[in-house]
Amino acid sequence: MSANRQDGPLLRVAGLGRDYGRIVGCREVSFELWPGEVLGIVGESGSGKTTLLKCASAQLEPTAGTVKFDMRARGLTDIWGLSEAERRMLMRTDWGIVHQNPRDGLRLGVSAGANVGERLMAVGARHYGEIRREASHWLGRVEIDTGRMDDLPETFSGGMLQRLQIARNLVTRPRLVFMDEPTSGLDVSVQARLLDLLRGLVADLGVACIVVTHDLGVVRLLAHRLMVMHRGRVVEHGLTDQVLDDPQHAYTQLLVSSILPV
Amino acid sequence: MTTADDGRLAGYNFAYLDEQTKRMIRRAVLKAVAIPGHQVPFGSREMPLPYGWGTGGIQVTASILGPRDVLKVIDQGADDTTNAVSIRRFFALTAGVATTEKTTEATIVQTRHRVPETRLTERQILVYQVPIPEPLRWLEPSEVETRKMHALAEYGVMHVRLYEDIAQHGRIAQTYDYPVEVAGRYLMRPSPVPKFDNPKLDNCPALQLFGAGREKRIYAVPPYTRVKSLDFDDHPFSVEGWDRACGLCGSTESYLDEMIVDDEGRRLFVCSDTDYCGQRQAAGHRGPANAPKEAAE
Repeated sequence: MSANRQDGPLLRVAGLGRDYGRIVGCREVSFELWPGEVLGIVGESGSGKTTLLKCASAQLEPTAGTVKFDMRARGLTDIWGLSEAERRMLMRTDWGIVHQNPRDGLRLGVSAGANVGERLMAVGARHYGEIRREASHWLGRVEIDTGRMDDLPETFSGGMLQRLQIARNLVTRPRLVFMDEPTSGLDVSVQARLLDLLRGLVADLGVACIVVTHDLGVVRLLAHRLMVMHRGRVVEHGLTDQVLDDPQHAYTQLLVSSILPV
Repeated sequence: MTTADDGRLAGYNFAYLDEQTKRMIRRAVLKAVAIPGHQVPFGSREMPLPYGWGTGGIQVTASILGPRDVLKVIDQGADDTTNAVSIRRFFALTAGVATTEKTTEATIVQTRHRVPETRLTERQILVYQVPIPEPLRWLEPSEVETRKMHALAEYGVMHVRLYEDIAQHGRIAQTYDYPVEVAGRYLMRPSPVPKFDNPKLDNCPALQLFGAGREKRIYAVPPYTRVKSLDFDDHPFSVEGWDRACGLCGSTESYLDEMIVDDEGRRLFVCSDTDYCGQRQAAGHRGPANAPKEAAE
């Protein structure tokens, strides 16, 4: 957890909306995220989860509302009021973005070590030995054998690729990580291991997370708080256990009851 | 061929291009000089030679050439290769300018793949033929994105490539077209000159102009500009060397080409800069494969 600034939210989203022409992406979404907190966003396909995540993580410009982030030097700042250079710098230092498909977030033509070291080099690291040391440390943290450091991502399994993508994001010690369906596309045992790892990392590093998923099991394990989206709007919002165990909104009730029992 | 009184080919404007085109290219050149290392788009014209043969360089040369200029053209350092000979003849015919093979006599040197060994002076301009101007091309496929990366000076990805070289080969394996940073700002591709020539770009007294015809870009390094080859603190930039001297002139300081001289695979290492090698031989220097006549007899 950032030690010097625990007196306010890390991220404040207010009245956020994004339309695609006449089609609604998401509407009037407001929430706050505090340092070290994990927020889950659930909902069916097309409910606006990914649109919301993209708007909050500066990948997509919202058509309404504001996204304010607690920047180290100047406090809560509207990210769309920053210059593009500042915004891009923020995205690759204080933020991390983990894509659903690790191939979207990785550079497939270069080795695992280079993938992890890229952010360091982007912020000016120019000592090969130190970049390598740091990359090896983070590969270790995500349980990738450091002997695989000079191998291309193509030779990695799906679970390893996702862990590599996480290491690549954590190397600059971000305070906020956005994850879009981090476990979908992985088989269940690999999912379980990844979730275990994520839980450990989040607890150890005190990094705040926004996790978008359609898998209620994932949010049960990871998220402190939960937002349920339906047709572009947040229909229910509360502590994870509270929402999942005592759903109030009809859609949430449907969602919770749709989980297949094993 | 009909020629005018001054020996020029009749029916063509001076130096082939029309005056409006030259003006447009000169404007691009001025802008390029004002922003060292920045690629300036220009309206590249069809030239009477194919893309990849120097259409960019030839348009830049045509635009800056004056009647009193003396032109030298080199290809891989040599004055006598097809590309160099035909471009030199092209300007002799269309502009009627004097041409030379001597680096010191030339006011404009058009080059492909080499920088002359002889140090250039303030009264000279070096024009490079550039196949691919964008240094980030193989790292980032989108042109929109590479322009943004230049605008925001986001060049970390080039170091990723150098990192990868060291991780795979133990050293930076890039030996030509080695990326440089110009005047502390723009990342630039020095056209495919060997990295051996990179130090010559730095703080060079001559104006250096780069023309890419197919890609329609012009960029420049003004005289006495800092040109820094990218590297890591613990893997500094270094140039290649040879463990032997030029077979003809005995130079140990120039860039050597390896040539197969007979059908038994005998090899000869000679200077790629033919003018430099010739000058040294004229001054009496001899290499191991070129012993003086008296000694041989």
